[in-house]
Amino acid sequence: MELETGIEMAEEVHTEGALDAHAGGPDHGEGGLSFHPMDQFIVRPIFGENGDPVHWYTVTNATVWMALAVLCVLGLFVLGTRGRAIVPGRIQSIAELAYGFVYKMVEDVTGRDAVKFFPYIFTLFLFILFANTLALLPMSFSTTSHIAVTAVLALAVFLTVTIVGFVKNGTAFLGLFWVSSAPLVLRPILAVIELISYFVRPVSHSIRLAGNIMAGHAVLKVFAGFAAIAAIAPVSILAITAIYGLEVLVAFIQAYVFTILTCVYLKDALHPSH
Amino acid sequence: MELEAAQALGQYAGAGLAAIGSGLAAIGVGNVAGNFLSGALRNPSAANAQTATLFIGIAFAEALGIFAFLVSLLLMFAI
Repeated sequence: MELETGIEMAEEVHTEGALDAHAGGPDHGEGGLSFHPMDQFIVRPIFGENGDPVHWYTVTNATVWMALAVLCVLGLFVLGTRGRAIVPGRIQSIAELAYGFVYKMVEDVTGRDAVKFFPYIFTLFLFILFANTLALLPMSFSTTSHIAVTAVLALAVFLTVTIVGFVKNGTAFLGLFWVSSAPLVLRPILAVIELISYFVRPVSHSIRLAGNIMAGHAVLKVFAGFAAIAAIAPVSILAITAIYGLEVLVAFIQAYVFTILTCVYLKDALHPSH
Repeated sequence: MELEAAQALGQYAGAGLAAIGSGLAAIGVGNVAGNFLSGALRNPSAANAQTATLFIGIAFAEALGIFAFLVSLLLMFAI
């Protein structure tokens, strides 16, 4: 429910922005693009009219594409683990590859005692990976480009890390902010800096994912707008192809970065030594 | 100049200035990746173990550029 209300807020912001842009559009004469590059991020109800109010229970394009991402993850792992063949088939190979990749990442970065958090981290990785990849399909909706979506993911990580840190270490977790290797005079200043950097984590964690995906899709749409102008159409179509290839890479790298940063934060909670 | 025109001018000029931050973040990311490459070419056998560190470094350098991008987006669409 928290997620949906967040999307509602994001929808208002985006709709306003798009309306402003449209209102300002005709004044510029012939120079403007035929559509606004940020229009693709508007949350719309699937059933009913375009301007209908979006409640937390409304089925919108955002919820549909998130549900599709979850279904894809489910499908991959239900089909992938059903056979349990000794010589794996194609789907089982992909499932095993993904499992091994994230398991090794958790083990290497966070340590062996963090393996009990592996299911959570693996779920995060797969959801973000599939949401990013599905967003690259033509006419699809990029759910991870909304800060409302990524903020919930990042806040969940932040709360998990903070709670695990206090449960596991008690008040010794506060030693994370008290840099004992620094000179005594510097420690209060460093404590303030460490405290700020700790609370900025969920902000940068969520905005990094949303910003990268949003920027990439906006650039694609800007070049798609250029393709309507005959003189530069070939160049812009080449550029779209190249940027699309880059976006496929970004979709994977951002899922990887989000996951590995979760591992790093979890390491701080389990071993708060400075 | 009218107040509204001045406000719009400041809004667009501010968004453009904030976009400079994205370019500065590109310098930082290039620095991280370039230094990783020069280190990896000196000792290729140690490079594979450090790719995770590379991506963490890139992510931290990139975060501030994304903040600049966010400021320019807020100026353009939210204010």
